[in-house]
Amino acid sequence: MATDPFEAIKATYFLECEELLADLERHVMALESGDADSDTLHAAFRAVHSIKGGAGAFGLEDLVRFAHVFETFMDELRSGRKPCSEQAVRVMLAASDVLADHVAAARGSNAALDHARVAHVVADLEALTAGTAPSAPGALAAAAPEPDGPAPDEFGFTPVAFDFGLGDAPAEPQGWRIHFKPHPRLLETGNDPALILRELARLGPCDVTLDDRDLPGVDVLEDGAFHLAWDIVLNAAPPETAVREVFEFVDGFCDLVIAPLGAEAEAEPVAALIEAPSDPVFATAPIQMEAASAPAPARAAEPAASAKPAAGGGGGGGTAGAAPSQTSIRVDLDRIDKLINVVGELVIQQAMLAQSVVESGLARSSAVSVGLEDLEQLTREIQESVMAIRAQPVKAVFQRMPRLVREVAELTGKSVRLVTEGEGTEVDKTVIDRLAEPITHMIRNAIDHGLEDPDARRRAGKDPEGVIRLAALHRSGRIVIEVSDDGRGINRDRVRAIAVERGLIAADAPLTNEEIDNLIFLPGFSTASTVSDISGRGVGMDVVKRSIQQLGGRISIASTPGKGSTFTMSLPLTLAVLDGMVVEAGGQTLLAPLSAVVESFTPKAADLHRIGPTETLIRFRDRFLPLIDTAAALGFPAAPMQQSGARGIAIVVESEGGMQAALRVDGIHGQRQVVIKSLETNYTKVDGVSAATILGDGRVALILDVDALLSLGKRAGTPADLRLAS
Amino acid sequence: MTKTILTIDDSRTMRDMLKLALDDAGYRVVQAEDGIAGLAALEAHAPDVVITDINMPNLDGFGVIERVRANPRHKGLPVLVLTTESAPEKKQRAREAGATGWIVKPFDPAKLVDVVRRVSG
Repeated sequence: MATDPFEAIKATYFLECEELLADLERHVMALESGDADSDTLHAAFRAVHSIKGGAGAFGLEDLVRFAHVFETFMDELRSGRKPCSEQAVRVMLAASDVLADHVAAARGSNAALDHARVAHVVADLEALTAGTAPSAPGALAAAAPEPDGPAPDEFGFTPVAFDFGLGDAPAEPQGWRIHFKPHPRLLETGNDPALILRELARLGPCDVTLDDRDLPGVDVLEDGAFHLAWDIVLNAAPPETAVREVFEFVDGFCDLVIAPLGAEAEAEPVAALIEAPSDPVFATAPIQMEAASAPAPARAAEPAASAKPAAGGGGGGGTAGAAPSQTSIRVDLDRIDKLINVVGELVIQQAMLAQSVVESGLARSSAVSVGLEDLEQLTREIQESVMAIRAQPVKAVFQRMPRLVREVAELTGKSVRLVTEGEGTEVDKTVIDRLAEPITHMIRNAIDHGLEDPDARRRAGKDPEGVIRLAALHRSGRIVIEVSDDGRGINRDRVRAIAVERGLIAADAPLTNEEIDNLIFLPGFSTASTVSDISGRGVGMDVVKRSIQQLGGRISIASTPGKGSTFTMSLPLTLAVLDGMVVEAGGQTLLAPLSAVVESFTPKAADLHRIGPTETLIRFRDRFLPLIDTAAALGFPAAPMQQSGARGIAIVVESEGGMQAALRVDGIHGQRQVVIKSLETNYTKVDGVSAATILGDGRVALILDVDALLSLGKRAGTPADLRLAS
Repeated sequence: MTKTILTIDDSRTMRDMLKLALDDAGYRVVQAEDGIAGLAALEAHAPDVVITDINMPNLDGFGVIERVRANPRHKGLPVLVLTTESAPEKKQRAREAGATGWIVKPFDPAKLVDVVRRVSG
């Protein structure tokens, strides 16, 4: 919880800015693609307007200035004074980006503002704004602030703008004489003469005289009419602006004369205007009003017509304390994580209980067993609901991409359209946070390497504008993200040649098309002849693959020459649970993350080949993979089944680096979704183990860290001695 | 008697700013995020003062004021418009619609409270 409420609001402001910027971009894109409706421009305007409004409150002057120029231009568009041309939309897109940069800068981001770009966009906006109304530069153009000049009223902190056009009295008066006769309209706008008089009394002691000469008899009183007037002598000398400020809201809704008190001669014209009551019978005694007490005695004279209804007077006790309905609440992430943790315990406890019941030999139809089944159902529902709290739509990541596409398209001189699908697809927040980087890289890559330039596309008979498709969907309990392009596809000959050149494959390696395509994920592989500024930065698809694997995901590519490529990432919906293969090795129950498992099979004796004293290779589909004895690598005692002669099982796993190996285990007990428990937090880091979980029988099962295990196996040179029955 | 202020603004930042200032001054604050929600809150909470933004989706501030003024039950209810647009025509339009007064954004919290007090006593 932030202690300073102002800082908390500022944080909210920046969060809101993110949403507003995304809205703005979406609306401007709709204008570009022709999907706009009548409200689109207004909505875009509102977004900029709201950003400006908040920026003003926090004194973010650069942001206010730019937002104002942008807003002024959009006002021209929405009012129809300027057509929403292609050029206008282009400038708006650029301005949206600059606005986002300004917000980032105001937020204290390290990225410095590109002042040249800002100036350029400002110039564009101003030129377009002026272009429509060159004859009338006064109205809107004049409202645009000068970069170095003083901020105009709108940006100052003065809540009230004075536009009376009257100067202060030249000489210091001793006080003020005021004649105030409200019109019925004054009451209709919710203003209250009594409150105005009270406000006046705050400026100094007042002598107030009620003028009720025009008040008709009760029988002819009309609703909505107003017949009273007041003459006030203010026995203090505040500036005239202060006096006028009291009447600011009712200017034009009353007869008002304000004149300095003092010389008889000065007072004379006022007296004439006031039309002093000729018959003293109708004049009431002067009422003394003090600033502090302010009992508003004039209220008594208020006509019935202006009396407020009781409900409006604050008497609505029945509704007091009721909160406005809310559709969402904000909760600290820590609290949710704690809840997830506790629910994880609940799941484990429930599984243990179920196992005990089975072991106790109770009939399946017994009340305990039946009740336990219900409990299991409920537990699962609770777990799913809790996970859903952390789930967020991928929109948060997707909405950053249009800008990226524009920038990369600009740098490469390509014409690109981004199509997104499934923005509402939800996934765990941790996964979302870590998705942006691989997606960014894949999109850069798709534009830079995948798409052809417009000329080449024309020659190939394609639309000169390339299409990048970014889609998200749920498939069998995982989220699938696809990045596809309609470009040239993978140039397999070239990929192959490079792989040979880099020594990644043998020159005569028999590879399927799919295998060639997947070569691009190998570390050190980069098809760009020069390290590209765009998709390069010295990293390649291997980095993308690794970051996805770190999330327990997998990535694959499908490519058709001339038609384009599709990268498909498949990720778990959450990092709190894991799909694992339950295996046994060295008498221990272990869990292999399913995302790392390629295949499992029972090897024959002929598949095994000893190399040197310790290493064993295993034949797997015309290839030889190192075989690692899981139990030995983890330091468990030698597997007893070596003597028994039972068959071992080889699990082919793939490390994040793309290296494959086979793990020898004694048995496979099926697949299971487990709640991940950190070993480091609860115990200490153990090599070859990434985390732990608790199984239904209450035993702790270690989750294998495939990468570490592979290097462990290699270092130890474990004798993967499979005594296979021959 | 604690007075209730209804604030209608589509910007969460602005709603928070208003609430902070008005809470500190001892008012009870009810919030709505657009004109339609504002009118619903008006009926539910019978506020003493309404502060509304002008540019909002669904129903803008002018629409809010017109509907409040068209309802005899809310006769005399102070409605303040909140806007960064100090442009005279906006203010004029709000006045014509029946606004009681206006608050120019960005506002100084003390001045905001001052304006609320001026129209509500």
